[in-house]
Amino acid sequence: MEQKILTSKELLNDLVDKHYEGALRAKAEGKPVVWATSICPQELLETMDLVTVYPENHAAAIGAKKEALKFIEHAEGMGYSSDICSYARVNMGYVDLKHSDELNIPMPDLIFCCSNICNTVIKWYENLAKELNIPLIMFDMPFNHTYEVPEHSVKYMRGQIEYAIEQLEIFTNKKFDYDKFGEVMERSNRTCEWWKKATDWAKVIPSPLNGFDMFNYMAMIVCMRGNADGERLFKLWHDELEQKAKLGKGPWNSADEEYRVMWDGIACWPHLSTTFKTLKKYGINMVTSTYPESWNVRYEKNDLDGMARAYASNYANRNLDYDTENVVKLIQDFKLDGIVYHSNRSCKLMDFRQYEVQRRVTEITSCPSVVFDGDQTDPRSFSAAQYETRIQALLEMMEKNKEAKRRG
Amino acid sequence: MYLGIDIGSSSSKAVILNEDNEIVGISVKNLGTGTKAYKEVITDVMQQANIEDKDIKYTVVTGYGRITFEDADKQITEITCHATGVGYYLDDVRTIVDIGGQDSKVIKLNEKGQVENFVMNEKCAAGTGRFLEVMARVLGCGLDELSNLATKATKQVAISSVCTVFAESEVISRLSAGESIENVARGSHIAIAKRIMGMCNRVGYTPKVVMTGGVALNADMVQVLSTELGCEIEVLPNCQAIGALGAAILARRTYNKLEA
Ligand code: SF4
Repeated sequence: MEQKILTSKELLNDLVDKHYEGALRAKAEGKPVVWATSICPQELLETMDLVTVYPENHAAAIGAKKEALKFIEHAEGMGYSSDICSYARVNMGYVDLKHSDELNIPMPDLIFCCSNICNTVIKWYENLAKELNIPLIMFDMPFNHTYEVPEHSVKYMRGQIEYAIEQLEIFTNKKFDYDKFGEVMERSNRTCEWWKKATDWAKVIPSPLNGFDMFNYMAMIVCMRGNADGERLFKLWHDELEQKAKLGKGPWNSADEEYRVMWDGIACWPHLSTTFKTLKKYGINMVTSTYPESWNVRYEKNDLDGMARAYASNYANRNLDYDTENVVKLIQDFKLDGIVYHSNRSCKLMDFRQYEVQRRVTEITSCPSVVFDGDQTDPRSFSAAQYETRIQALLEMMEKNKEAKRRG
Repeated sequence: MYLGIDIGSSSSKAVILNEDNEIVGISVKNLGTGTKAYKEVITDVMQQANIEDKDIKYTVVTGYGRITFEDADKQITEITCHATGVGYYLDDVRTIVDIGGQDSKVIKLNEKGQVENFVMNEKCAAGTGRFLEVMARVLGCGLDELSNLATKATKQVAISSVCTVFAESEVISRLSAGESIENVARGSHIAIAKRIMGMCNRVGYTPKVVMTGGVALNADMVQVLSTELGCEIEVLPNCQAIGALGAAILARRTYNKLEA
C-alpha cells in the first residue's frame, strides 16, 4: 500500500536502490545473476525471472559518482587499451577489483549480449564470459547498411531469439512460459510508450523537461522496461511533465529557457554538472537527443517478428540516410535552435557517423551546431574551457538567428 | 573609445578603436593566460591612444582568458571576434584559418561576413601553435626561425604522427638518422597543414581564404598550407591581433547598438 505520494524523482531514486540492492541480495541467496547490454531482448530474461544487471548502467553511475578513473586505470594496467570504450574499461576493471566505494553489483552467472548497439560489446562480453568462465548468449545483429532494415535481418534476429529461449531453458532448467512472455511483452511496450510520451512533452515551448533529467531517468528505461515498477515510474514522470506543460512551466525554476538544443551522444557522466551548468548559464535547455527513440522498442504482443524487427531497427544500427532524417525530424518536432554533438572518444560507432550527419543536417536545415570532445566515463578526455568556448560560439550563432528572425 | 582584448593561451593582444572606427592603439605580447601580459597590453594601447580608463566606453574580451577576466562589459568567443575582425580589412572573405597556441579553427563565413559554421581542433595539440613550439624546441631554434629554416628544405620529410608527443619522438629519431633541420622544419609545417586541411574539408572551405593568429607570421607555413589547399591564402595586417580588433569592433557596435 502507498504510504505517501512520491514524486517521480523520489521514486526513481528508490527504484535505483531497489534495483541494485535486490541484485546483490539475490546473489547472496544463491540466485543466478545475468549481465546484459542496454538494448537487448530483456523480455526473455524478465519472463524467466532472471535478476539482471546492466554493466553500461553501472559504469555510467560510477562515472557520475566520479569513481571511474580508478577502474579505468586498473583496466589499462591489465593491458586493455585506452582506445577501448570506457564503459568496457570500467567494467573490466570492476571485474578484477570487485569493489566500488560508490556502487556495487553482483558478479554474473550468465552473459547476455546483443550487438544492435555496437560491435564493441561483442568482444567485451565474450571476454567477460571467457574470463569468468560462464555461459554466453549472444545476439549478433549486423549493421543495417540499407535504409530499411532488410527482412533477412529480422529473420536472423527472430532465429536468435528462439535459440536464446532454448539456451535459457537449459540455463534455468525451467520451461519458458509463453503466457507470461506475452504479458511481459505487453508491459514492456507500455513502459516504452510512457517513456516516449514523457520525453515528447519537451516539444512544448518552454519545455517542462530539462534534458539532463532525461539522462537520469534513462538508467531505468534500460533496466526496468519489462517490470511493473518501470511502467509506474514512467507513467508518473509523464503525468508530472504533462501537468508542468499545462501550467506553462519551463525546465528550471531559477531561469527561463531561451534556446532549445539537442544533445547528440551519451552524456559526459564525470562532468555532468559542468556540461549542464554551462548550458543553463546561457539559458540553453537540452530538450532532446536520439535516446527517446532508442528505447521506444515497440511491437504487438506475441508478435515475435515484430519484436525481432524492433531490436534489429535500433537507431545505432541504422545507416546515414536514416540518421540524418531522424535528426532533421527532431529539429522540426522539437523546434530546436541548435545541436551539441558530443564527439565521444569511447563510442566509435556514434563518432564515425557524426561529422557526416552534421554536414548533411546543416545542409538541409542550416541549424547551427558544435562538436566538442569528451568521453562518457573517462574524465581525462574533456576540457571544460574548450567546452565552454564551443557552447558560447553556438550561443552566438543562435543569437544571430534569433535576432534575424526578430527583424523578419 | 572602445577596447578589445584577446587573452590567448600563449599571447595577449589589445586594440583600441576611436569613434570613427579607426585603430588608435594596438599591442601584442607573447605571453598568455595565467600571466600578467594582458595588463601590459592594455597599458600599452592606452598610452598609444593617449587616454585613461574613464575614456573607455565599452570593453569586450575574448580568448581563453576571457572567462576569468573580470573588467570587461562583455565576453565574446574568438570565433565571432575573428569573423568580425577580418571584416575590418576585407569583405569578401569566406574562410578564416586561425592557428592559435592551443586551439586552431577554421571558420566559414556567409556572404554577409557572418559565421556560418566552424570547426576547431580536437582536444589534443596536434595542428596548433603548440605543435610548432615543440618542434622549434626539438630543433633547437626559435619559433620565429622555423620559417627561414623550412624555406631551405631540400626534400619533403613526412612526419606521420598526428599526436604532438609522438611527433616529437619521431622528429628526434629523424634527426638522429641524419635528416637535416631544414627538412624537418618543413616536415612539421606539412604536418600541420595536413591537419588544417582536414578541418577545411570538414567545414567546406571556399576562397577567399585568410589566415590569422601568430602562426600566420610564419611565411613558409602559409605557403605550405596554400599549396595544400590549392588556393592563395591572404595574411592580414596585424594578423595576431585580429581577434582583439574584432572584440573592439563588437564593443563599439554593442555600445552604439549598431547592426553588423
Ligand atoms: S558506449 Fe558505444 S562503444 Fe561503448 S558499449 Fe555503448 S555503444 Fe558500444
